[in-house]
Amino acid sequence: MQMHSLAFDVSHTLAGGLVLISFMMLYQDRLYSLLNVFALHALVLALSVAWQAYIQDAPHLYVTAVIALVFKAIVIPVGLHRIVKQLGIHRDIESAVGIGMTMLAGMGLVALSMVLMLRVTADADPLAREDLAFALSVVLLGLLVMVTRRNAVSQVVGFMSLENGLVLAATGAKGMPLVVEISVAFSILIAFIVIGIFLFRIRERFDSVDVSALDDFRGERR
Amino acid sequence: MNPASFDPVTAVLLIPIGAAALLAALPGYRLTARLNVVASLATFLAALSLFAIDRPPPGPYVLVDDLNIVFIVLNTFVGFTTSIFSASYIAHELDTGRLTPTYLRFYHAMYQIMMFGMNLAFVSNNIGLMWVAVEIATLSTVLMVGIYRTHAALEAAWKYFILGSVGIALALFGTILVYMAARPVVGEGQDGMIWTLLIEHAAKFDPALLNVAFVFLFLGYGTKVGLAPLHAWLPDAHAEGPTPISAVLSGLLLNVALYALLRFKILLAANPAAIAPGPLMVTMGLVSVVFAAFMLYRRRDIKRLFAYSSIEHMGIIVFAFGMGGPLANFAGLLHMVMHSLTKSAIFFAVGHISQIKGTQRIHRIRGLTVTHPALGWGLVVGVAAIAGLPPLGIFMSEFLVVTSTFARQPLLAIVLVFGILLAFGALLLRLTSVAFGRPRGSSAPAEASYVPMFAHLALVLVAGIYLPAPLVAWFQNVARLLG
Repeated sequence: MQMHSLAFDVSHTLAGGLVLISFMMLYQDRLYSLLNVFALHALVLALSVAWQAYIQDAPHLYVTAVIALVFKAIVIPVGLHRIVKQLGIHRDIESAVGIGMTMLAGMGLVALSMVLMLRVTADADPLAREDLAFALSVVLLGLLVMVTRRNAVSQVVGFMSLENGLVLAATGAKGMPLVVEISVAFSILIAFIVIGIFLFRIRERFDSVDVSALDDFRGERR
Repeated sequence: MNPASFDPVTAVLLIPIGAAALLAALPGYRLTARLNVVASLATFLAALSLFAIDRPPPGPYVLVDDLNIVFIVLNTFVGFTTSIFSASYIAHELDTGRLTPTYLRFYHAMYQIMMFGMNLAFVSNNIGLMWVAVEIATLSTVLMVGIYRTHAALEAAWKYFILGSVGIALALFGTILVYMAARPVVGEGQDGMIWTLLIEHAAKFDPALLNVAFVFLFLGYGTKVGLAPLHAWLPDAHAEGPTPISAVLSGLLLNVALYALLRFKILLAANPAAIAPGPLMVTMGLVSVVFAAFMLYRRRDIKRLFAYSSIEHMGIIVFAFGMGGPLANFAGLLHMVMHSLTKSAIFFAVGHISQIKGTQRIHRIRGLTVTHPALGWGLVVGVAAIAGLPPLGIFMSEFLVVTSTFARQPLLAIVLVFGILLAFGALLLRLTSVAFGRPRGSSAPAEASYVPMFAHLALVLVAGIYLPAPLVAWFQNVARLLG
C-alpha cells in the first residue's frame, strides 16, 4: 500500500519517537538516567527538525536543529549532570506519584491530544496534522513530568521536553516565520533557569509536608 | 527635533533599551535612580506624542491603533510614576542592606528592559513578536521578584518562573495553531502572523482550529492575567519582590497579558463559525472574582492582600470583556485603567508603610492615620477606591459593569455583585485595623515621595466625578473595536 511518501514516513517516525521518549521520561526515577533520556529526546528532535528543513527546503531550520543538538542534547545535560553532582542529589529517588498512575495518565493525555488534534485539523495536510498531534502529546507529557516531580532539576527537564514539543509543532507548520528566533529565545530562557538553579541551589520545589513551615515562609501565620 | 522625522513608536521602544544599557553601566544609585525617572518620563512623553502625530500605517511588525494607544499611554504613565516611587523606596532598601549597589544596578536595568518588553508587546502587529515580547517582560520581572534572595523570595520567583513558562508555552502552541489556521488562506511565511492581515481574512479560517487555538491562548495568557485557578504565582510574586515591582506587576504586566487576550478575542469574533470567546471569559472571570473575594479574608500579609484584590479586579475586567457589547467593553476598559492607577497607588503607600514598620504582617500595623497621616489617609482613600466606594473612579466602572450585566444576564450579575460585596467587606475589615485604632509598630517619620500616590488618587477621583468628553468618545470607539 503506497499511501505516503518517504518524507512523510520519516518525519512520522521521528515525531512518534519523540512521544515514545517522553514516555520513557515518565518512569525514570534517577536523575542521571532522566538526563540521559532527555539528551536522547533532544537528539531525536534535532534529527526531526533537520529532516523538516530538508523536505521543506527551508535552510534556516538547520539553525534550529543545530541549536537543539549542541545546546539541548549536549551542553544542558552535561551542565545539569554537574549540578546534580555538586548538589549531591544524584542518589535521590523520586516517588511523588506512582509510576503506574503516571503512565496511565500519560496514555490518557496522548489519546486526548490525538482525538483533539486529528478531529480539529481534518482539512489540513496530513503531514502537518500528525505532526501537530504528536507535538501536543509531547507538550502534555512534558507538563505531566513537571507536575509529578518534586525536584527542581527534573522539573526543568520536564519543561525542556515540553519545549521540544513546541519546536516540533513550530517546525511542522510549514513556512512559519520566527521559528529560529523563538528557539533562540527559548534557549535563553532555559539557560536562565539552569543558571538560576545553580546559583540559588534550588533543590526542591519548596514543598514540605510541614504546612506550618510553609505558612511561615509566606507570612501567613498570625 | 523635526516632527516629521520623529517616530514615537521607535522612541517608545528605543528609549527603554538605551536606558537599560546605560543603567547597567553606570555606578551610583542616586544618579541611576534619577536617570531611571528621566528615561521613564521620556518614554511617557513619546507615548503621549502618539496622540498628536499621524500614525504610521500598520507594517509587518508594528501597529498603532485606537486600542493599543490606551494601553501604551497607561503603561508608560504608571511606569514613570513608579520610577519616582522606586527612587525613594530603594534608598531605604540600601540603608537596611536588603539590596547592594550591584544588585541595584541590575534592578534598574531590568526595570527598563521590562518597560521595553511591555511596550513591544503593545505595539507589535505580529503575533509571534508579541509572544516574544511578553516573554521578555515576564523574564525580567521574575529576576526582580527574586532579587532579595531570601528563601521566600526565591520560592516566589521559582513558582512564578515555572508557572509563567508553562503559560508562555501554552500561548506559543496557540500561536502556532493560529498560524496553521491562517496558512491556507493568507499564505505561507511572514503574512500568516500579521494581526491586521489575520483579521481581514479571519472569516475564512478553519473555525475548529481557531477554537482550539483560542483555548490554548486563553489558558496561556490567562495564567499571566492571574485568572483563578491559574493564579498561584501571583500572590507570592507580589508579596516577596520589591514593592515597586508589585506595583508594576499589578498595574501593568497583568494588562499586557490581557491585551494579548483581547487581540485574539477580536480575531475569534471575526469568524462567525468559531465559538464565541465570551462564555469562557465570563466563567473564568466570575470564578476569579468569587474565589479571590473569599481568599481576601484569610490574608495576614498586606501585600498579599492587595495581590488577591488584583485577581478579583482582573476577574471583573475579563468578565466585562467577556460580556462584550459597547457598554460592557467600555466599562471593562475604564475599570482596567482605574484599577491600574488605584492599585499602583496602594502599593506605593504599602511600600513605604512596610518599610517604616519593618513588616508586612497586617496585625503589626495599626493606627497609621495617627502616626503617618499622609500615608495613612492615602491608603484609606486608595482602599476605599479599590473597594468600589463612590465617588471614586472604580465605583463608576463597577457600576457600569454591574448595570449592563443586570440588563442582559441578571443571574450572572447577582454572582458578580456577591463577589464584589464580599471583597468590599474583607478590604474594609483590614483597612479599619491598619489605618485606625491605637498605633502599633515604629512611628519613625516617613521619607516618602507622596507625589506619585496622590497624583494617581487624584486622577481616580476626578475620573469618578467627571470624565472629559474626548476621553469618553475615545473609549467608546475602542469599545466598538472590541466588538
